[in-house]
Amino acid sequence: MITMENVCKSYRIAKRSGGFHEAVKALFHREYEEIHALRDVSFTISDGEMVGYIGPNGAGKSSTIKILSGILTPDSGSCLIDGRVPWKDRIEHVRRIGVVFGQRSQLWWDVPVIDSYELLKDIYTIPDQVYRSNLDELTELLNLGELLRTPARQLSLGQRMRCEIAGSLLYSPKILFLDEPTIGLDAVSKLAVRDFIKKQNQMHGTTVILTTHDMQDIEALAGRIILIGKGRILLDGTLEDIRRGGENIDEEIAELYRSYEI
Amino acid sequence: MKKYISFFRLRFSMGLQYRTAAAAGIVTQFFWGAMEILVYRAFYEADAAAFPMSFEAVVTYIWLQQAFLAVFGAWIIEGDIFEAIRNGNIAYELCRPIGIYQMWFSRSVANRVSKALLRCVPILAVAALLPLPYGLRLPASPLHGVLFLLTLLLGLLVIVAFTMLVYITTFYTLSPDGVRIFFVSAVEFFAGAVIPLPFFPDKLRFILELLPFAAMQNVPLRVYSGSMTGEEMLRAVCLQAFWLAVLVGAGYSLCRRAERKILVQGG
Amino acid sequence: MIQKFRLYGHYISIVVRGMMQYKVSFLLTSLGQFLVSFNVFLGIYFLFQRFHQVRGYSYGEVLLCYAVVLMEFSLAEMWARGFDTFSGIVKNGEFDRVLVRPQGEILQVLGSRFELTRLGRMFQAVVMLVYAITSVQIRWTAGRVLTLVFMLVGGMAVFAGLFLVYAALCFFTLDGLEFMNVLTDGAREYGKYPLDIYGRRVLRLATFIVPYSLIQYYPLKYILGHVSGPVYIFLPLLAVLFLVPCYALWRFGVRHYKSSGS
Repeated sequence: MITMENVCKSYRIAKRSGGFHEAVKALFHREYEEIHALRDVSFTISDGEMVGYIGPNGAGKSSTIKILSGILTPDSGSCLIDGRVPWKDRIEHVRRIGVVFGQRSQLWWDVPVIDSYELLKDIYTIPDQVYRSNLDELTELLNLGELLRTPARQLSLGQRMRCEIAGSLLYSPKILFLDEPTIGLDAVSKLAVRDFIKKQNQMHGTTVILTTHDMQDIEALAGRIILIGKGRILLDGTLEDIRRGGENIDEEIAELYRSYEI
Repeated sequence: MKKYISFFRLRFSMGLQYRTAAAAGIVTQFFWGAMEILVYRAFYEADAAAFPMSFEAVVTYIWLQQAFLAVFGAWIIEGDIFEAIRNGNIAYELCRPIGIYQMWFSRSVANRVSKALLRCVPILAVAALLPLPYGLRLPASPLHGVLFLLTLLLGLLVIVAFTMLVYITTFYTLSPDGVRIFFVSAVEFFAGAVIPLPFFPDKLRFILELLPFAAMQNVPLRVYSGSMTGEEMLRAVCLQAFWLAVLVGAGYSLCRRAERKILVQGG
Repeated sequence: MIQKFRLYGHYISIVVRGMMQYKVSFLLTSLGQFLVSFNVFLGIYFLFQRFHQVRGYSYGEVLLCYAVVLMEFSLAEMWARGFDTFSGIVKNGEFDRVLVRPQGEILQVLGSRFELTRLGRMFQAVVMLVYAITSVQIRWTAGRVLTLVFMLVGGMAVFAGLFLVYAALCFFTLDGLEFMNVLTDGAREYGKYPLDIYGRRVLRLATFIVPYSLIQYYPLKYILGHVSGPVYIFLPLLAVLFLVPCYALWRFGVRHYKSSGS
């Protein structure tokens, strides 16, 4: 069970403008800008739900994910996941969550994938038996077989993503955060990843929170959608609430963004 | 010419962006200089007669060395050039309407000059204000001053031509890191960055002064500080020009060969 | 605790295995590391060809000083230089990954950035130390041997502490950290001569700002027989306390990171 209540987060960033003249000026004086990444965000997600968390770039998606995964401390508001405050009880909390960043790798680049998994086994102190049965299951479902012996740097993007996801599930986390898991994947890999996530949710009741720009991911996976824009939750509902009879889901989403002026 | 100047402007404003980095660099170099001078002071007090150049000349040598560190540092290597060669992006560079050798050469020069311009002024200013014998002196004569500028320029071109050879060897070797660190330590030592060349044993010094390494920082710093005069100075300038021609010639032809290799093999 | 060491060992074995994919690069880089320190030695050698002594210290005595400092530095560098690339870890978001794993941050950073090529400098340090010990004229009493061992322990702690400070500062700013080189590489470079070479003022700075004199000047004087008294034997161990403020700064940095999310 995940609850977020009235969470706010803002950053102060230095302005850096281009041009020779501006660079000289910045030598003596620097301006700061306040960015409100999250304004009063609240939602509840029950165990076993699959939620699509969507919004345009810079809407506050990754700030939310960072708060939920214990990386970021909010300015105000509260957040409780299975009775724990993520950023206070970090180590116990992260043992129970899996995080996949689509654009970054958690595998060690130069060694075979299986070596990375062995290390993850030690990092998460996974008991031998659990590790073996999880690995067997993941190998079968994600069709990893050959890949496990290959160094991560030699994998294609799709192959790597399958290995990344398996790496985040070796320790049977209760909650899985997926940050753009299908970005850059070819059609076959996309389908395989979606299919697997669905199965994982059905078989183990894993709660899945997914951020993506790919609306077909949402269509295939998310029973519930949370739309965020300019740091505020704008819509919390089902895909049907968004559908307004248009032909193409991308157009509908674009229309939705326009109607909220985000 | 215009495109080279625009490279330079770009580099310079990039350097300005990192003003904190520049300030920290200045403080660091100032510290290096001060410590180095204190070492030589201790040796000077131990045996002044064994000093191969005057103490004031050593002090001046050290301050200039720190001020122009970015001009002569052998470790200042364009990371993106290595990267372009390694990951094959060099194919894009080949498409631009400018020769690879000229482009990289001018980029390296721009990088070094812009870095040095930012850093040398404060270091020179403060060093000049320090009381003698710990402060920076004026050049030995106006002639030495003019020759300093000339040899500084030649020294800069020699070191850039040398690093060009290092980049180009990356086409042929698998391990740029290894080649790089190997060259860096050799250049640093033989150029007189660890201890000035006059402090080397005489026989070794005689050989070293003929090598291209001595044509880098050794000549301008010693011309300015007055530890090199007359005929020796003239000979050193000629050697600088000679090595510049050799290094550029070798680099340019190797580069052409490497380019052809890429075009044939497709990267 | 044993489990932590095992995990660290596991990290190192992964790094080593990855490194072995690039054997040539590894060998040449190690050789380069060796050469850099060898240059310093040659510098000392050439100067002593000319001067024979400096402020009463003979060639052998200066060499011992250099060798001890180099060894202290190499020992710290072996396991703590991972902090050296920490700016990269912060910049590319790798630290987020560290925070979503159920292990201490320091262990993970040090484990994943173990630098095998530093063996080059370590090798040089061993050679120098053996050469210095055989060429300096000292009667090696138990007290002197113990002092030397404590110097290595204390020196390792001081340099490791400085690497930690550097990493902690990366949480606040990524530019301007060049000045930290003065304290680490600079102390190694200029630590080659006993601190009183540089005059009283430098000696004082090197006692109260960072306790270098506790791991170099004072115990060295004892080994060389310039001073006596058992207090000098244990002085280097006092320097280990330097780790306390360094660690506090690191904790502060991690907290800052979690609230700014930069």
